[in-house]
Amino acid sequence: MIVGENLVKRFGDFEAVRGIDIRIERGESFGFLGPNGAGKSSTMRMIGCVSPVSSGSLRIFGLDPASHGAEIRARIGVVPQLDNLDTELKLIDNLVVYGRYFDIPRKECLRRSEELLDFVQLADRRNDIVETLSGGMKRRLTIARSLINQPELLLLDEPTTGLDPQARHILWDRLYRLKQQGVTLVLTTHYMDEAEQLCDRLVVMDGGRIVAEGAPRQLIVDHSSREVLELRFPAGTNADFESALADIGDRREVLPDRVLIYGHDGDELLRLVHARDLHPESALVRRSTLEDVFLRLTGRSLVE
Amino acid sequence: MSTLPSVRVWESHLYVMRRIWKTDVLLNLLQPVLFILGMGLGVGSLVDRRVESASTLGDVPYLTFLGPGLMATTAMMIGAFEALWPLLGGFKWGGSFEAMAATELTPQQVVRGEVLWWTTRCGISVLGVAVVLLCIPETRSIGIVWAVPVATACGVAFAALTGSWTSTREFDNSFSNISRLVITPLFLFGGAFYPVSSLPDAIEPIAYVTPLWHAVELCRDLSLHRAGWGESLVHVSVLVGFIVVGWIMCQRNFAKRLHR
Ligand SMILES: Nc1ncnc2c1ncn2[C@@H]1O[C@H](COP(=O)(O)OP(=O)(O)OP(=O)(O)O)[C@@H](O)[C@H]1O
Ligand SMILES: [Mg+2]
Repeated sequence: MIVGENLVKRFGDFEAVRGIDIRIERGESFGFLGPNGAGKSSTMRMIGCVSPVSSGSLRIFGLDPASHGAEIRARIGVVPQLDNLDTELKLIDNLVVYGRYFDIPRKECLRRSEELLDFVQLADRRNDIVETLSGGMKRRLTIARSLINQPELLLLDEPTTGLDPQARHILWDRLYRLKQQGVTLVLTTHYMDEAEQLCDRLVVMDGGRIVAEGAPRQLIVDHSSREVLELRFPAGTNADFESALADIGDRREVLPDRVLIYGHDGDELLRLVHARDLHPESALVRRSTLEDVFLRLTGRSLVE
Repeated sequence: MSTLPSVRVWESHLYVMRRIWKTDVLLNLLQPVLFILGMGLGVGSLVDRRVESASTLGDVPYLTFLGPGLMATTAMMIGAFEALWPLLGGFKWGGSFEAMAATELTPQQVVRGEVLWWTTRCGISVLGVAVVLLCIPETRSIGIVWAVPVATACGVAFAALTGSWTSTREFDNSFSNISRLVITPLFLFGGAFYPVSSLPDAIEPIAYVTPLWHAVELCRDLSLHRAGWGESLVHVSVLVGFIVVGWIMCQRNFAKRLHR
């Protein structure tokens, strides 16, 4: 459905995307993960046919964006990183106007819009001006809008940023339903749990390159241990304990606010720590997540 | 039944206008009406007393001379301003152009829709002025009706030229200078208030290269029933020429901006 080979995006002489290969199948849900500036949005915009490819090749539905941009865009839905709703218009008019861009007859636009407002649970705000919505509600409206042309492919750039936990879970559920209907989902996110929940497969990007690729579970198996022990020492003293902990576990990460120790059995790791007469302020044993994969691959944490 | 892409872009403006058009049209009428009253009656009473002035004006009362030109100046203001802040707003974050660009619309179609919108916007304001002029005995003339499309074209030319510049801007900090350094001088020196031949010879030619002077002249000639074919053709060609140039530059700049 989407095939990119050696994709490069340049802004002047700065390379935002530095030769990535991607292959996304129909019906799949695919994620881009990475820190700020990794090149996720730049890649999404190339796929959305609003940003010409600097070099490499890209095919969407087997078509070339350079020559068939409009045709491709007609079949995809886009949720940009920043909402670009018409804030002076009513919710319902926002959807209808957007639907008209796709040449959907006004009556049909109206029918679909009512349905979509229901879908994102904003039906009761139908006649309000968008300006009066909260940030999370605007986000939901943008998502509803992206579905007006019944897209085969949905591009979501950080869809749940700014949503409260409840709204996030509702959205995950909605996206899951779309996926079941056969819609291909491509999304970027900073949230590990989101990626684990939604993505069949994902790539981790850093500095314009892909540093890892695979199913979320597989990435965790490949790049992290089964469990993690999180220790917090008094503020500013984490580094002092580095040498004392040096041979515990498979691997350690010292972060500004905590120390992570990776190993097969977290409780066993904690016993070893206590045996050395070290007394962290708090200790937590948890399973490894994509966050740990990311830390391992880039040496940086994902959400700064 | 499919609708032309440019018409769909144009429709989106109607949704916004639908809520504010009444006050908008009235406010846009205010300026020309004030000038008709203030200049037409006030200055007119001075000018009309002098025999030499009458011949410079083409043997008509000052109000008759002034009225048709105000159609063109109004269109210029509306067109230019529509292509400043509202246009930039379409490009900045939260902008509607960005939303359009993600759909099946192409930047070319977006520009076409904007041109259509500018035509509508300027046309409505010009019609408003025309109605006022038709109500005043001194300015009443069937030629006012023919002047409506001419003045509208003047507005579109200014919108297209201004828009091609605005679409390369990131910030609006130089916008008020455009109005101070370009629009206001043109308004004063473009020939609406007196024949440009009364200006010093050094400044006079400047008027000839602006769309405004051509529109003012043609509107006036039409309303005074003294438009010759040759001159009219020149005026129309200049207006159309400016629209085409502005339009092409808009297409190039919109494409660069929306697909980068
Ligand atoms: N229009 C542009 N002109 C110049 N540089 C740009 C432009 N858009 C993006 N960049 C640069 O490209 C790099 C990648 O940006 P991009 O928006 O793709 O990152 P991202 O992974 O989406 O980050 P975030 O998580 O912050 O959204 C950044 O260094 C950014 O400054
Ligand atoms: Mg981004």
